[in-house]
Amino acid sequence: MSKQAQHWEKTRGLLMVTLAIWFVFSIGIFLFGAEMNEVTGPFGYPLTYWFTCQGSLGIFVILIFWFANRQEKIDEEFGFSERGDD
Amino acid sequence: MIKGNFIDNLPKVYGIYTGGFLAFIIIMAIAEQMGMSAKAIGICFVAFTVAIYAIIGYLSRTAQADAYYVAGRQVPTVFNGMATAADWMSGASFVAMAGGIYFKGYGYMALLVGWTGGYVLVASLLAPYLRKFGCYTVPDFIGTRYGGNLSRLMAVIVLTVASFTYVTAQINATGTIASVALDIPFQYAVYVGLISILLCSMLGGMRGVTWTQVAQYIVLIIAYLLPVFWISNKIGAGFFPHFMLADEVSRIAELEAQFGFVKNSAENLKEVPKGLAGITKAHSAVNATPWAFISLALAMMMGTASLPHVMMRYFTTPSVKAARKSVGWSLFFIFLLYSSAPMLATLSKLALIDPSLPTGIIGKSVSEVQAIDWYQNWNQANLMFISDFNGNGTVELNEFFMGGKAVVLATPEIAGLPYVISGLVAAGGMAAAMSTADGLILAIANALSHDLYYKIIDPKAETAKRLVVARVLLVVIGFAGATIAAMEIQGILGSVIWAFDFAMSGLFFPLVLGVWWKRANREGAIAGMALGLISGAGYLIWVRNGGSGFLGITQLTFGIFGSAVSLVSMVVVSLITAEPNAATQKMVDEVRVPSGKSILGKQH
Repeated sequence: MSKQAQHWEKTRGLLMVTLAIWFVFSIGIFLFGAEMNEVTGPFGYPLTYWFTCQGSLGIFVILIFWFANRQEKIDEEFGFSERGDD
Repeated sequence: MIKGNFIDNLPKVYGIYTGGFLAFIIIMAIAEQMGMSAKAIGICFVAFTVAIYAIIGYLSRTAQADAYYVAGRQVPTVFNGMATAADWMSGASFVAMAGGIYFKGYGYMALLVGWTGGYVLVASLLAPYLRKFGCYTVPDFIGTRYGGNLSRLMAVIVLTVASFTYVTAQINATGTIASVALDIPFQYAVYVGLISILLCSMLGGMRGVTWTQVAQYIVLIIAYLLPVFWISNKIGAGFFPHFMLADEVSRIAELEAQFGFVKNSAENLKEVPKGLAGITKAHSAVNATPWAFISLALAMMMGTASLPHVMMRYFTTPSVKAARKSVGWSLFFIFLLYSSAPMLATLSKLALIDPSLPTGIIGKSVSEVQAIDWYQNWNQANLMFISDFNGNGTVELNEFFMGGKAVVLATPEIAGLPYVISGLVAAGGMAAAMSTADGLILAIANALSHDLYYKIIDPKAETAKRLVVARVLLVVIGFAGATIAAMEIQGILGSVIWAFDFAMSGLFFPLVLGVWWKRANREGAIAGMALGLISGAGYLIWVRNGGSGFLGITQLTFGIFGSAVSLVSMVVVSLITAEPNAATQKMVDEVRVPSGKSILGKQH
């Protein structure tokens, strides 16, 4: 398999993991919204309420930075990373 | 002035700017103590900030195509994040979101999740690849990836429909704020708002818009966070509201149980002025079915990834790597405001309904409440209303009505903050609406000037002529938007949500599959865009005219139907027609590799 195809395979793998985490916190947990809200979450808020106010939102921020770092590592591994620091 | 080392000096420049703005707030506060009138403070806030944006817009003037269309592709990640956040957070986010949460609770918070979760899709599926492509506009990608004028034209049509739906709402919002702050009639205020918007974008295009949006973000985030923290401290709810309002949230639930949600008769509700609502839904309980919540969140997420004015912000970063990081920063800056909106809604609701707080009005006598200053002000502005339906002389939970905007606009006054805060909030709302309107008008004008005029009608046009056309279109679109906004056809929030649905119906799958599915071809993309947009719009019209809808898809989530049709038609048509030629397939391979030259040249 060519270097490019391997790079793309890894990139696709990372996409799947990223989308899976995204799915859980944007859709998955809200299937059980009513049940989860009975539980007390961080800082004492009802759990589902906390996810809609802060939890899911914060997780998305972290997820994107994590994704960007992983993708950079993949690019470096195959020598596809760009020069220049930003 | 804005050249070369300007980029290196950005932190310093915006640091001084932020300091200057804070000093301005303090000066206004002192002026208020010395007897400056509320009206004069409001005018100063709006006039001062708009003048600054206009100066930035003037300093960013340019005669180069790549500066005009993509800010020279040298915007650093963090600053692009701020600009995107301002671009993204519209008048609706700023003025209406806390109000929506206040009235509708959980069901409405699907928008919070949707308008942030979409960025994960932007970062992972699209932004870095479109940046690698090196396009100026979103239709530029569609037109080059799939080839042919028809696919480009279809993308321009979808973009225009979605963005135009959105922009009228934003011009409407600038008009509303300008008319209140400057005390002029709405029909004129709309044009004052429009001229302010055009001052930022006309001379400098994307470059001007970028640097004004950063300035606007700083104003709007200060204007949102300062009152939230202040109110929280003032009513003793905790010095850091985000982590400390659990007791307040459970207190509201307790009060809701105590008062109960009494349903008003239709006859009683006729008395209530249009646009005002009472509290009828629980604050923190789950009050919507999973599908109602998820479908709205999903529509907003896919819409986020398809809206061109957001996508084109990532064309301005120096590299593909920077584009990815920049999406993270964008969402971080958006998070600062979005995570505060529910806190503001909580504080506002508690301040109003808790009888044990001095500001609480439930349980007080009707005449006492009618005598309160702020009640009279906001009643006059048609944003508050009480009526003694049961005739017992006291205000009940079901007898108090408020407009959605009042949560952001009136809470500082209710909590007893000085008027300078209200002036600040007006400036923040103006910044939010202006920055979004600028991004949208520019997205439409650029698509028409670059894709329709230059690429389709006159490919030999000189740069100077192209930029004149771009600017003329900017003004024309702005005026068309303002004219429609002045007619006040629909509410701000409703049309914003429709814009997301239109965008996802027509553009989501053609964009995503363009990168991720090599087999996608021109015929498939055209079918996907055309049938997606037509079926989405058709569904909306059907439901609006009394259609029953299906699968729980409402007029707010019609994009789910539109994009499903788009996906199916795109895949089917692609598979029954010939696969893309070798050159196109090679191009897709190139896009997938972050390093190396962009597909389209620097000047194209």
